[in-house]
Amino acid sequence: MILQVENPVVEVHDLTVSYDRKPVLWGVDLTLPAGALVGVIGPNGAGKSTLIKAIMDLLPVSSGYIRIFDQPIKEVRKRISYVPQRESVDWDFPASVFDVVLMGRYGKLGFFNRPRRADKDAAMEALQKVGMQAYAERQISQLSGGQQQRVFLARALAQNADIYFMDEPFAGVDIATETAIIELLRTMRDEGKTVVVVHHDLQSAAAYFNWVILLNMRLVASGPTDQVLTQELLEKTYGGKLTVLSKVGDLLRKQEFPSREA
Amino acid sequence: MNAFWIILTGSLVATCCSLLGCYLILRRMAMVGDAISHAVLPGIVIAFLVTGSRDSVPMLIGAGLLGVLTTFLIEFFHRVARVQSDAAIGVTFTWLFAIGIILISVFAGQIDLDQDCVLYGEIAYTPIDLWISEDGWILGPRAVWTVGTVTVLVILFICLSYKELYLTAFDAAYAASIGISTSLWYYLLMSAVSLTTVASFESVGAILVVAFLVAPPATAYLLTDNFKTMLVLSALLGILASAAGYYLAVWLDGSIAGAIATVTGIEFVLAFLFSPSRGIWMNRRKIVPAPIN
Amino acid sequence: MSDFTEFFSFTDANVRYVTIGSVLLASSSAVVGCFSLLRKRALVGDAVAHAVLPGVCLAFMLSGTKNPLILLLGAFITGWLSLVVIDVITSRSRIKEDTAIGLVLSVFFGIGILLLTSIQHSGNAAQSGLDKFLFGNAAALIGEDLIVFSVVALLLLVCTIVFYKELMLLCFDEAYAHTIGYPVRALELLLTTLTVFAVVVGIQAVGVVLMAAMLITPAAAARFWTENLRLMLVLAALMGAFSGMAGAFVSYTAPAMPTGPWIVLIISMIAITSFAFAPGKGWVSRMWKQRRNKSRVLEENLLKVMYQLGEPNQDYFTSRNITDIMERRQIPKRAISRGLNKLRREGYVQKDRQSWMLTRQGQTRGMRVVRLHRLWELYLTQFLELASDHVHEDAETIEHIITPELEQKLMQELEYPVLDPHNNRIP
Repeated sequence: MILQVENPVVEVHDLTVSYDRKPVLWGVDLTLPAGALVGVIGPNGAGKSTLIKAIMDLLPVSSGYIRIFDQPIKEVRKRISYVPQRESVDWDFPASVFDVVLMGRYGKLGFFNRPRRADKDAAMEALQKVGMQAYAERQISQLSGGQQQRVFLARALAQNADIYFMDEPFAGVDIATETAIIELLRTMRDEGKTVVVVHHDLQSAAAYFNWVILLNMRLVASGPTDQVLTQELLEKTYGGKLTVLSKVGDLLRKQEFPSREA
Repeated sequence: MNAFWIILTGSLVATCCSLLGCYLILRRMAMVGDAISHAVLPGIVIAFLVTGSRDSVPMLIGAGLLGVLTTFLIEFFHRVARVQSDAAIGVTFTWLFAIGIILISVFAGQIDLDQDCVLYGEIAYTPIDLWISEDGWILGPRAVWTVGTVTVLVILFICLSYKELYLTAFDAAYAASIGISTSLWYYLLMSAVSLTTVASFESVGAILVVAFLVAPPATAYLLTDNFKTMLVLSALLGILASAAGYYLAVWLDGSIAGAIATVTGIEFVLAFLFSPSRGIWMNRRKIVPAPIN
Repeated sequence: MSDFTEFFSFTDANVRYVTIGSVLLASSSAVVGCFSLLRKRALVGDAVAHAVLPGVCLAFMLSGTKNPLILLLGAFITGWLSLVVIDVITSRSRIKEDTAIGLVLSVFFGIGILLLTSIQHSGNAAQSGLDKFLFGNAAALIGEDLIVFSVVALLLLVCTIVFYKELMLLCFDEAYAHTIGYPVRALELLLTTLTVFAVVVGIQAVGVVLMAAMLITPAAAARFWTENLRLMLVLAALMGAFSGMAGAFVSYTAPAMPTGPWIVLIISMIAITSFAFAPGKGWVSRMWKQRRNKSRVLEENLLKVMYQLGEPNQDYFTSRNITDIMERRQIPKRAISRGLNKLRREGYVQKDRQSWMLTRQGQTRGMRVVRLHRLWELYLTQFLELASDHVHEDAETIEHIITPELEQKLMQELEYPVLDPHNNRIP
């Protein structure tokens, strides 16, 4: 069940990504429609984060290519926003909530330019959207997990992009935050933005997303939620690893083999 | 007047080292800074042999390049040869430092650098080595001019690329996602550290460079949560330590560099114990995240 | 050359002392260093090395003598203290470990320098020689000093042998060691003490700054040659001993040369050589492996093409020209003839004037490659749901790497298929 769409906003073609020569994602081929709220779902170690990092060109890919808005990623960076995993940064960093959200404007500013009034307004507006305007001057070290996640979301919003890639935004946040975030994401989708979310909770997936990507070292399914979240496809995703596939991966690493012939 | 020149030199070194040190400790690369400050030694010796002088521009650049090479080597050993990262740092800097010492021994007659100077510099002699222009004007100690220039460059660098340096230190993945090259800024920062190290090396020696790179930023980090304040504060702490250290050294009749390093340590201990927000002896206010309405 | 025989006959008592001293110092710190390397705390030794100096100076100031035992005690106390301080700073504040190490290292050393220079300027005649802690001087190790330090070095070696099993578990899995009732805190204490002793002793040979190398470098080098901890300890000790001896030899032949830096330079060269050339893990040996893979891929591709050329008419043993091969697959002409010549030497093809033909052996191997290619394509389409026009490229690599066991497993999972996704027969 891999549904390809016409005029996709994201097109992943034959993507293989390896860590240390061992492929963690094999031959992913998928397209995403505009204005979808997409959940990337699969077991631990399935390559969910790897997929969005590769799409964002944060990891070298072994083969394949990615096009966004029918252009290479480098051309359209300004229209894409990324929310890394919350644990990926040091929250003891000396920065205020507003400092972090303002970082969302750095991409548009270019070298040497300092943030202007308009940038600060945009940052404040983004904070408002996540309900954190009262915390603007608060130090990030004083935030709870849910608040940290909202700050990251606000930074992405300040970028005012058309596509959003979010790595586990619901990990370790309170219910109130989770509801607030999903509401926000739905609003964004209704405005025609595309939001791709790495998610690990199967229970809520059906309610949250209208498009689902099932992943386990390879693409199992990609399509509208009701067609993808079936017993059969889920069993295929969670039914253990493909032993031959992981063995071949181990061999590639051990033998120092390139995963594609140069 | 001598005291003034010495404290001024110390303060200039303190300023540029502490400013860069803030980025190093936040990136968890304090020990890379330590490694660079030792590893530039062979660069200094070689540049010295080639140019025959101490503070010419080619010498600064040549020796500075070795600092960048150190960073490359550490990265290379770690990524390509897959040596554990702390071991890569340890192996690289000791190796280069050993080469430096051997070079000094081999060319002992041609270089007036000795082992003591390498470790703790000769800031006490700074006022003697004056820069005299062709018309006979006395422009003050050479070291002040060298270190002063580097300090200005470092401040300019930080002002102009404040947001790139800030973002790559906080969240490299996000920086890359909006098209800021993390490795470019990494190497630019390391080049600045190398240049600073080389310029300061002779006046204050390797050990005070490390002390300035680490101690004032760490102290400031315990005192504030605002990054700009942290930058300013660490520079001020460094300057304060230079002045206090000078008088401590005079009182004990010991090395000025050693005394300044001692004072930076005292500053840290005071902040560690009595910092209003984070001191371990202060009544720690428990910060409870307020609920979101 | 006469220097060489003179040195290694060890007839000169002085040579004997210096060599024994250097070897013992270098090998004992190398052994202890292995454990701190495996605990990912290699640079802590650097901090201890710097922190030893104020202890030495204080011991001298308080006692007024240079009795090695007293200096050693002073060194031991501040060295130990530095580790405690690093622990306290990292656990009681938001300062990270690397910053704490750098901080402790520079501040303790600064204090040491201040005290040392202060002592030197005080005009106390007894002080001369204290600065050997700063730069180390293996060549000056004589008499009482040598005996004390050698005893400590031997003790270190004995300790690691006695507590080998416990220390190994501590490095490998601290939590597990705890659950089976090992006194983890006590063991940590032991390892810390050993590290401090190793530093205090080793510093005599190489000095403060280079001490880190004596702990880290032999251990890092030995790590590249073996996966076995016992062997790693022995190797590190041997490398340390060798560089100690070589360093002593260098300063014997050229007395102006400092022993310590030479020891470090030699051990560093050993380490860098190990990083590059150690079989399996070394960087160059990995590159070499990649090269070999490349030529294997080329050869197998040639056999495959020749097999495929024979497929339509089942005439596998007909002679083919290089142009036939080039038509089928874009390989540079030079690479083709190089590969074919190699295959001929290995008995897979025969040359008949300007044309080439497969031997029976070559046909079998070519068939296997074609077979694995098609099996993998089938696997990708069936298990990974890839479109059949996307699987070829991937199979181009995998066909060269599948082992007979994997092939068997693949056959099983695919239920002994006959046709590949392109409806070609799987031979």
